[in-house]
Amino acid sequence: MSSTTTARAGATAAAPGKGRVGKTDRAKAEARLGWYLAGPAFVILVGVTGYPILQALYESLFSFRLTAPADREFIGLRNYSVILTDSLWWSAMLNTVLITLVTVAVELVIGFALAMVMHKVLGWLRPIVRTAILVPYAVITVVSAYAWQYAFGLTTGFMNAVLPGVGADFDWFANKWTALTVICLSEIWKTTPFISLLLLAGLAQVPDDMLEAAKVDGATARERLFRVTLPNMKASIMVALLFRALDAFRIFDNVYIMTKGAAGTETLSALAYNQTISRLEIGLGSAVSVLLFVCVLIICFIAIKVFGVDLARARGES
Amino acid sequence: MAGHWRTRVGVVSAGVMLASTLGACGSGSAATGTPTLNWYINPDNGGQAAIAASCSEASNGAYAIETSILPSQAAAQREQLMRRLAGNDTSIDLMSLDPVFVPETSEAGFLAPIPDDLKQTLSDGVVQGAVQAATWKGELVAAPFWANTQLLWYRKSVAEAAGLDMTKPITWQQLIDAAKAEGTAIGVQGTRAESMTVWVNALITSAGGKVIENPDAKGPDIELGLDSEAGRAAAKVMEQITAAGVAGPGIDNRDESATANLFQQDGADFMVNWPFVYAQGKSAAEGGTMDQAIFDDYGWALYPQVTAGQESAPPLGGIDVGVSAFSEHREAAFEAVQCIVSQENQAAYMLSDGNPAALEAVYDDPKVKQEFPMADTIRQSLQQAAPRPQTAYYNEVSQGIQDRWQPVSGVTDATPGASSTFIGEVLRGEKLL
Repeated sequence: MSSTTTARAGATAAAPGKGRVGKTDRAKAEARLGWYLAGPAFVILVGVTGYPILQALYESLFSFRLTAPADREFIGLRNYSVILTDSLWWSAMLNTVLITLVTVAVELVIGFALAMVMHKVLGWLRPIVRTAILVPYAVITVVSAYAWQYAFGLTTGFMNAVLPGVGADFDWFANKWTALTVICLSEIWKTTPFISLLLLAGLAQVPDDMLEAAKVDGATARERLFRVTLPNMKASIMVALLFRALDAFRIFDNVYIMTKGAAGTETLSALAYNQTISRLEIGLGSAVSVLLFVCVLIICFIAIKVFGVDLARARGES
Repeated sequence: MAGHWRTRVGVVSAGVMLASTLGACGSGSAATGTPTLNWYINPDNGGQAAIAASCSEASNGAYAIETSILPSQAAAQREQLMRRLAGNDTSIDLMSLDPVFVPETSEAGFLAPIPDDLKQTLSDGVVQGAVQAATWKGELVAAPFWANTQLLWYRKSVAEAAGLDMTKPITWQQLIDAAKAEGTAIGVQGTRAESMTVWVNALITSAGGKVIENPDAKGPDIELGLDSEAGRAAAKVMEQITAAGVAGPGIDNRDESATANLFQQDGADFMVNWPFVYAQGKSAAEGGTMDQAIFDDYGWALYPQVTAGQESAPPLGGIDVGVSAFSEHREAAFEAVQCIVSQENQAAYMLSDGNPAALEAVYDDPKVKQEFPMADTIRQSLQQAAPRPQTAYYNEVSQGIQDRWQPVSGVTDATPGASSTFIGEVLRGEKLL
């Protein structure tokens, strides 16, 4: 009797939103066990992420060139003032935001369509379709970037011959907007499967009986999509959006391979790379990285606080 | 109990294996007493690996050289070497360095000083430009290995049709007029890469100017010579090329390799490029991917002049071999350097990989003369050549030039001034790059 009561109480205490008050011994023991099991991994994770972040924060306050360690000098927030008053930072920011918005929006639409295909297709075709859709995601980004560069390149490409209205001598990477178009296309091709995979998990959570009931009530396919399927997938959609937005905001590979930031296609990650790795200006580069990290935090904050993304709910824990 | 023993034996065996594996990772062989020198090389056709093998054999056990390949781009090679050297990496003994990064590597204390008695040996008979490029603050800090230079390549039939006398020095203006008259293009490198700096520097030095006036200075104190008559003369050449419509397709993304392909595919009948284009053309003709008649039509001359009558200053490239300051086998490494840059090896390397030697005597080698009919032109070009700016801040200067002089179609009379201001701000830490 006693053990049954304890178990019930424990279950109640573990329920979301109940807080710590009234935790039973068992709940406490379970929590402790949880920490024992996850604690070491948690500590390592905090160490490997927290240490570099703190190091970058510290370095960003110095004028420090890797090849001249003796000239290292504390300059406070001067690196930040240099960055935030530089037009290159803002143009890179604009490019990054543009790439993020365009790629995530297009990927969401195409990804949802692909998720529907993967969800609906039955029988022996299902594994083939799923594999085919996921193949681009298995390709390394650098390889995919080279493939797209070669396809659109003036001397190596075939796209000028295939696309109507495009001259044989048209150089896609000489102009900012055409270069950004190819960069976005490569990004969309590569990562749409990721979004469709997340959305497929969301689709699987939509109860079939709810869709059946809507059908019986005479709802059209469009009404079932917008009034039943999508509202029930909201958590998955928001998580997919958040993950992809964070990923897209850190875009580096495609830009590095295709243009190296030429023709005004600089992005924030490429800017951080240039200062830290190419120039070996560790202080300035760290400051760019810290600002990039702050931007990513802001995106997370907006997604979680403003749009109410619930990571636990998306995992089906509600 | 037996289980415990098995565990102990397993642990001991694993320890022994680990120790032996780690031992093998070290830079010497305890059994033979022969130190293993690790030579970081730029990618090539296998010539440096062959030299490493032959020098190891010739050393009679004094050292064994192993090679590690760096990335293909010079900038990426520098990034890897600098990061390793900044971490005092003892696994680097020898390194193939692009001469433009020699000052930065030396200034940072990453190069072991060359013993005084060796300096003379390593610079005797070497073309002046290559010695200059391997020297920092008056001291030879690396050994010139090979010394590249750009030539003017042309189709003999087209030059003849345009009425150009290629036995005399040619100016950029003459080239532009000829290309326009013949409806062809001039292959130049307009991509945002090191090749752009190579071109800009060659134009400015050919016009009698300098990109940097005081190369030894610290970053913020560097005085740039871009905003000058020579700088404006360089910009004018670029303006005229685009204005005359002889830049050819895709100039803004064209590097040396793309330029060579354009020339090979009849997209341009004139080009400035490194001598590898000859070997590439020959190979294409032999392989049947290019008509032999086209290859037979290849001509070469000295780099074009900016001002008629004023000797051009062709680009200078190549590779120097440096010894790491963190090498645990410094003495053996310097012995190996002497072997690597020997006349015999430079000639062999030129024949195997097509990269011009730094030693002048190599150009008198009958085999070299037979394989490279333009050997005398290369030698003369090397004698006239001017190195790119020698500064510990080369990366900033070069990237700044690439940033402001690209795209070529955007270059105007104001570009030299704008690039000078921009690079100055970057060097003072006031601007991002």
